[in-house]
Amino acid sequence: MSTDTETTETGTDTAGPTRAEVCAVACAEAWRDAGEIMASPFGTIPALGARIAKLTFSPDLVLTDGEAALMVGAPPIGTPADQLVRESLMQYRMVFDVVWSGRRHIMMMASQIDRTGNQNLSAIGDHAKPKVQLIGVRGAPGNSVNHQTSYWVPNHSPRTFVAEVDMVSGAGYARAAAAGPGATRYHDVQVVVSNLGVFDFDTPDHAMRIRSVHPGVTVDQVQDATGFDLVVPDQVPESRLPTDAELHLLRDVLDPRSLRDREIKA
Amino acid sequence: MTVDEVVSELRSGMTIGIGGWGSRRKPMAVVRAICRSSLTDLTVVAYGGPDVGLLCATGKVAKVVGGFVTLTSIPLDPHWRVARQAGQVSVMEVDEGMFYTGLQAAAWRLPFLPTRAGLGSDVMTVNPDLKTVRSPYQDGPFATPEDAGADFVAMPALRLDVALVHANRADTAGNAQFLGPDRFFDELFLGAAKRRFVTAERVVENGKLTDEGPLSAITVTRLMTDGVVETPGGAHFTACDPDYGRDETFMKEYAAAAGDADAWAAFKARYLDVDEDGYHAAVRDRVEAAK
Repeated sequence: MSTDTETTETGTDTAGPTRAEVCAVACAEAWRDAGEIMASPFGTIPALGARIAKLTFSPDLVLTDGEAALMVGAPPIGTPADQLVRESLMQYRMVFDVVWSGRRHIMMMASQIDRTGNQNLSAIGDHAKPKVQLIGVRGAPGNSVNHQTSYWVPNHSPRTFVAEVDMVSGAGYARAAAAGPGATRYHDVQVVVSNLGVFDFDTPDHAMRIRSVHPGVTVDQVQDATGFDLVVPDQVPESRLPTDAELHLLRDVLDPRSLRDREIKA
Repeated sequence: MTVDEVVSELRSGMTIGIGGWGSRRKPMAVVRAICRSSLTDLTVVAYGGPDVGLLCATGKVAKVVGGFVTLTSIPLDPHWRVARQAGQVSVMEVDEGMFYTGLQAAAWRLPFLPTRAGLGSDVMTVNPDLKTVRSPYQDGPFATPEDAGADFVAMPALRLDVALVHANRADTAGNAQFLGPDRFFDELFLGAAKRRFVTAERVVENGKLTDEGPLSAITVTRLMTDGVVETPGGAHFTACDPDYGRDETFMKEYAAAAGDADAWAAFKARYLDVDEDGYHAAVRDRVEAAK
């Protein structure tokens, strides 16, 4: 996976929210009002987001221990396995029961994502002999047509937000529509959160739209870092800042070692 | 039975299913024995980990069926990356759930099972032989109007010549027990295969598995196996909870040997050009040297 990161401009006031913290609450918002479903975050900042959601506005969310169980509560990231409190088994086979029942909202990473939300995790270049082998499609195809799916892209650039992905792993709106009602019935790509802003597909043709830009980021900056034309509403709001309670959770409870700053530079 | 006797039942060109998931509970003792055999041209069907990486690095593999090859704490097995980017192996890349469905179809002796997974993705493009199917219940008492006109992926059965899985315990009659938190898909690999072999940390007398752990953990029955082999440390360096965890430092050494001819030659000479006892002696020496 590409490791290049955009230069970010964050507030100079060290006590104010960092870009990573803004991103974490933007991820948390993806699970607002989700009800009793399994939240499956990939990446440090989505993991923090899911925990904030559970500890504040979406208390019925269920998180896994990353192995084979559901956990009680929302423990800090990096909690040693022997200190986790588990409430039930969640073996890999059971995960598919959850996926196919629809009771899940995953936030996956994307090595590439395009205008209608197709995601690539598999390979760059010719699939038969890739220029760059990525992690593989994993469960992305099935996730994207069975339950709510969002994406986290910590390195927003024309190389990650591309006109056309090389290998569609998670299906976006256009590809799901082309595959027919079997694909569209439960297809629901919700949001893309990047280090620059939040994006959705609430447009007539499900083209990617800027929902908000993070504080300190301009619409032009976002468009310049995107390899296709984004839909830009007349008024583009700023992503909301974390509340004091959320900042306390992030800094003092969930991530006191600031692992979030390794994903998004402070 | 011994590991070498298991390998003697394999032939070049066979389709081999390997249990476990990623870098968890892989039958590595058999994998190592395949690495030092003369077998070639294998099709490997797996939720891939270093089993697939090692078999690719030693030139045993023509084709891999799966959705990933991961070391878990290292997201992509670098040996797999090297093999793929060199075009050394072909791949039938499918969604993890499609894979599950294909194993289940084979275990139930069905030609395919329908699934939504894969629809709209390029899994259908890069595997042009995959087809879709429409429900025959478009009308009549079983019709579901909400599925009218819906096509589903007809995931073909993933039939295996041989299945290899590693359990915590087995007994002399061919039953096996998983004492860790996840049994993964091992029963389905066994069900999908013509010849079925289980290696285990310990093999006990028939009837004694319930002394080792709960009855509910004995999910492999003698009906599903043709041979068992006792291989203590047989999953090393993958995780085999609760007997032992993943050997992360060894795995880093394995990963670092990818794409570097000298490092790979040294790794191979030390750990693969020796028998299983020699392997474990080399691993012990390595731990001693680090002290």
